[in-house]
Amino acid sequence: MRTLIKNGMVIDTASNYEAVCDIYIEGGIIKDVGKKLDYECNELIDCKGLYVIPGMVDMHCHLREPGFEYKETIETGVLSAAAGGFTSIACMPNTSPVIDNQSVVKYIKDKADSLGMINVFPIGCITKGQKGAELAEIGELKFAGAAAISDDGKPVSNSQVMRRALQYAKMFEMTVISHCEDYNLADDGVINEGFVSTSLGLKGIPREAEEVMVARDIILAEHTKCPVHIAHVSTKGSVEIIRDAKKRNVKVTAETCPHYFSLTDEASVGFNTLAKVNPPLRTREDVDAIIQGLVDGTIDVIATDHAPHHIDDKNVEFNNAAFGMVGFETALPLALTYLVHSGHLTYKQLVEKMCYNPSRILGLNRGTITVGKTADITIFNPNEEVVIDVNSFKTKGRNSPFHGMKLKGRVYYTIASGKVI
Amino acid sequence: MKLHSKDLLGIKDLTKEEINLIIKTAQTMKFIIGSNNKKTPHLTGKSVVTLFYENSTRTRLSFELAAKYMGANAAHVAASSSSVAKGESLIDTGKTIEAMGTDVIVMRHPMSGAPHLMAENVKASVVNAGDGMNEHPTQALLDMLTIMERKRKIEGLKVAIVGDIYHSRVARSDTYALLKLGAEVSTAAPETLMPPEFEKMGVKVFNSVHEAILDADVIIALRIQMERQKQGLFPTIREYAKFFGIDENRLRLAKEDVLVLHPGPVNRGVELSSSVIDGSHSGINEQVTNGLAVRMAILYLLTRRNKGIENSD
Repeated sequence: MRTLIKNGMVIDTASNYEAVCDIYIEGGIIKDVGKKLDYECNELIDCKGLYVIPGMVDMHCHLREPGFEYKETIETGVLSAAAGGFTSIACMPNTSPVIDNQSVVKYIKDKADSLGMINVFPIGCITKGQKGAELAEIGELKFAGAAAISDDGKPVSNSQVMRRALQYAKMFEMTVISHCEDYNLADDGVINEGFVSTSLGLKGIPREAEEVMVARDIILAEHTKCPVHIAHVSTKGSVEIIRDAKKRNVKVTAETCPHYFSLTDEASVGFNTLAKVNPPLRTREDVDAIIQGLVDGTIDVIATDHAPHHIDDKNVEFNNAAFGMVGFETALPLALTYLVHSGHLTYKQLVEKMCYNPSRILGLNRGTITVGKTADITIFNPNEEVVIDVNSFKTKGRNSPFHGMKLKGRVYYTIASGKVI
Repeated sequence: MKLHSKDLLGIKDLTKEEINLIIKTAQTMKFIIGSNNKKTPHLTGKSVVTLFYENSTRTRLSFELAAKYMGANAAHVAASSSSVAKGESLIDTGKTIEAMGTDVIVMRHPMSGAPHLMAENVKASVVNAGDGMNEHPTQALLDMLTIMERKRKIEGLKVAIVGDIYHSRVARSDTYALLKLGAEVSTAAPETLMPPEFEKMGVKVFNSVHEAILDADVIIALRIQMERQKQGLFPTIREYAKFFGIDENRLRLAKEDVLVLHPGPVNRGVELSSSVIDGSHSGINEQVTNGLAVRMAILYLLTRRNKGIENSD
């Protein structure tokens, strides 16, 4: 298979490239990048007026299979991710059974590979059964194909266990992702603690619940000299703690999600369960700090935390509603609208946060348009207006607070290993 | 004049005019409560179901009698003994009750927003009889009626709300009502029982009961739940009573003719001393009677609204 991508605005952070040019792909590998390329090909993609970037990498999503196929399957998740422009996704281990051993990793990889679409990298558990007590078989998880480990929504509370996990995982160059939440401080809260929680009479989750554990994990990373990746940063305080740590050269990286730079807790007014997510949507002050963190490099990655749920999980009392929202198919237009078109980030920075950095942190050797690399490419029109419609989503989840919203940015092609999906 | 919504979910959604309409209607209902023949045709042929997911004696009884005094058919569903215990969803329960011809569902639920979810999913009127920490609108309305009767007005009054404000739906509903009617509201609670940013509601926030009740025309004391102590929110009931309880001595800080209210049931000697509860300043027994009147008024106004009869009064 030979493919020629013509006339697109190619943006690549790794090679610091930003120009209208062509890309030639053969056998799934990028063979040439340059002006006015002339190759014989079976497929010609004219990208006049479109932007061409490395295939986007989502390092934080939930595919629900095995165990919760009524919410999402690997197939619907992959279709949704591809529709959103992602060529590689890393799925969290809170399935049933959880991904705490090599057989579950292999099950997911086999299923995803048989679809022949995009790359799926399972994230294994840090501890057996996600219970926070004994380490999972991290070495075997690595060799089975897990890209990272995380206990995600059930963070490791015991600091000694976390410390040993960082030390042990480093031996296998396994990325450790930490969902930072102190259980006692979160205390079954359902929404950000503040005026909105007060006026709705809902129990709040204070910012401290996140920040205390961000600080802990940074202290552990600093002393053990092991890297740690902080998942879905939502507060101003977390941004400041991470910024300070980076100044001290602590090996910490961090991600945020589109909803943390586009929405505030006001979205929950009227008991809107679609805006219920963990960590919770915060306030304007936090949103501004998150954007600043993205601008100055404190936050390395934009991940989706795509969390599909069935309508029966959301159409219930606010306290009983599941946390989370779908994200694959809204991530790029949200990032373009709230970060690029608003003048906060350049396209190069966007590529860094959504392609290059997540690939680098997970060690995937992707996320760049460079000769010799795998041809994972996303092509979009950044200026085309889209109205978000959950009924047109490929994911099974309809749980998006962005339904009906007018945004800018439409994905035209998702190309994984040279194949248009 | 009519209520604009089919439901009564909270004071937050009511206009000043609607609050006054309910109070005025309730005043006329008091004649029925005091009469020898407690049966009127206001709700003849209507069906009212009380659906309680939390224990309650006075609110439930008050709604049931309100419905019955006005000729409605009233039935009660206690969530613990129903299909809810078998895992039925709130919406399914509501639709089942509605399918039996129910006109009004009176609902109490431990989770904030549950009546709102119900109201969106049924055509029947939903009356919030208390949802989580959010609102308890009929309690606020009966408090307003009681204040109005004693003080002849609400505008310009200094009202102090004292107690566990964090967990109190009464505090929120009273605050909305008092501010809409032009009163000045001061609040006092231990810092651990004060909701974050409560001052943004438009009230004064104190940690000292003395400051809150200074020159007050009305004091609303809130019930302290014993389990809050076990959650580590304050050390002991004894210490709470010492710093936040109101006895005759403390009451002297307020105006001479101060009115003391409490949503009940009272922990004697904790929120209020027995001498205050049983003394001349107390409006606690009037609150109970007024609660019935307010609930009659609400059932009447909501069912009249549903029927679409335009009354030009």
